[in-house]
Amino acid sequence: MRQQRRLQRRQVVLIKLKGRTISRGCARGEVLLSTDPISFLGSVNPKTGVIIEEKHALEGKSIQGKVLVFPYGKGSTVGSYVIYQLKKNGVAPSAIINLETEPIVAVGAIISEIPLVDMLERNPYEVLNNGDFVVVNGSKGYIELIKQETNKTE
Amino acid sequence: MYLTKEEEQILNGESGETLRQAIEILVALGDIYGADRLIPIKSSQIAGVSYKTMGDAGLEWISDLQGKVKVPSILNPAGMDLQDWKRLRISPEFAEKQKLIVQAYEKLGIQCECTCTPYNLEGFNVGYGDHLAWSESSAVSYANSVLGARTNREGGPSALSAALLGKTANYGFHLNENRMPEISFDVGYSLKGSDYGALGYVAGKLAGSKVPIFHLRCTPDADELKALGAAMAASGAVALYHVEGVTPEICRMDFEEPTEKITIEKSQLDEVYEGLRKACKEPELITIGCPHCSAAELEKAAELLRGKTVLKEFWIFTSRKLAKLHPEYIKTIEKSGAKVVCDTCMVVSPATNSYSCVMVNSGKALAYVPGMCGAEAVYGSMETCVEEAIGETTKKVAKKAGGSN
Repeated sequence: MRQQRRLQRRQVVLIKLKGRTISRGCARGEVLLSTDPISFLGSVNPKTGVIIEEKHALEGKSIQGKVLVFPYGKGSTVGSYVIYQLKKNGVAPSAIINLETEPIVAVGAIISEIPLVDMLERNPYEVLNNGDFVVVNGSKGYIELIKQETNKTE
Repeated sequence: MYLTKEEEQILNGESGETLRQAIEILVALGDIYGADRLIPIKSSQIAGVSYKTMGDAGLEWISDLQGKVKVPSILNPAGMDLQDWKRLRISPEFAEKQKLIVQAYEKLGIQCECTCTPYNLEGFNVGYGDHLAWSESSAVSYANSVLGARTNREGGPSALSAALLGKTANYGFHLNENRMPEISFDVGYSLKGSDYGALGYVAGKLAGSKVPIFHLRCTPDADELKALGAAMAASGAVALYHVEGVTPEICRMDFEEPTEKITIEKSQLDEVYEGLRKACKEPELITIGCPHCSAAELEKAAELLRGKTVLKEFWIFTSRKLAKLHPEYIKTIEKSGAKVVCDTCMVVSPATNSYSCVMVNSGKALAYVPGMCGAEAVYGSMETCVEEAIGETTKKVAKKAGGSN
């Protein structure tokens, strides 16, 4: 906790992008970008948070604790419950950013209390890179790209 | 989206966590689909009941909820007959989890009658123009199209949220402008019984999520409309359709004929009956009752099976209430060796997964059995299903094919 607070003090907001509130709450984490849509039922292991769908852009990667960026959800409505299961197993993403959220992911994020913002004023794939540190404020409907002063910018 | 003061307070958590989450779901969906406000609903029907589809994920969520529903609410079919699950050889582990799911819903004040045809039950009668939050796709289609009520196809959590609040977001099929026909189907020959399921199977693929209007040469009854809508909601994503001269909104709303017109040929329906049959093995299991059999369908099945003995496993699905109301049909059916099974169906029960080829008289089951049960599916009328079960088809086919195969 203490370390987190120390980090926070050194952070500078590089970019703030407004979007639409889907799921409330505020969380932060490292960006993990998926160019592919995600079907939570079948594509993610609910026990480990690892993407298991063959040939998926994130195959083999863990979404645990990440700010997960993907275009939109697809697949079965049971996907909402899988997001909840990920959360209960402690392997859910900390926050989600979508291009445009569909109901399965919206409902999943809300019941799992994962902040979710979509329809940002700029395309997140043009602004964000894997590993960037981002704050997602679902309640107020914005995201912030944070620069940590100890790191040099690219 | 506009919220009343009271709704704002619920969203701020002043009425507890379950309701806060419920209204957050409705508001998010309302924002996604451009709703202007929340509107009151008359009843709710909640999908996400079978342990086969919900899994532990769904069970965990539903078990954590608190509160009571505000409007009459009922469940979709579960994964087994809740009273006699051993009969279809459901595993005790599955049964245990399935019971937990149903108990969790019961705790929320939901009626634990599990059926895809709630409109046949008392307390769930639906009037023209009523707003609902139903989730089972065939029930949604029936309520919208045949009864003239208004419901979107809700997911499990959104139907439950609507039940807890007694409201839903005002978008989609709640609005006049989304109920206009967008694609026209002309069917230039007479249809009967399972022809409607075959038609729905073909039309659903062509319509996708558009609202179709049918021009038919005959007048379908309630069960035929049920079969048509169920099939279109499964092979496509049709939640509302109209039939010229038959369905209620045709007479009361001023529809323009859509520019997209398609003629469905008789040969396309024949393919549903025959095309799949060619590729398939011998059916090992015969099932009817998707959606759940009405009283009239139970009566017909009883008549066809009277005095006969089935040679193959034959399951007939209906709601528990109807089975109780008509013990005479059930007795006649079961005397033949066929089983009347309640609370579940061939699609959501794991029992079907142990067969490799299933015969159905439902376009919906035809669309879902391969993917959901890992079995091939073949299509026939109720009469053909009964013939297959009592061994008459085999004899006929054997004669035609000169005894080969």
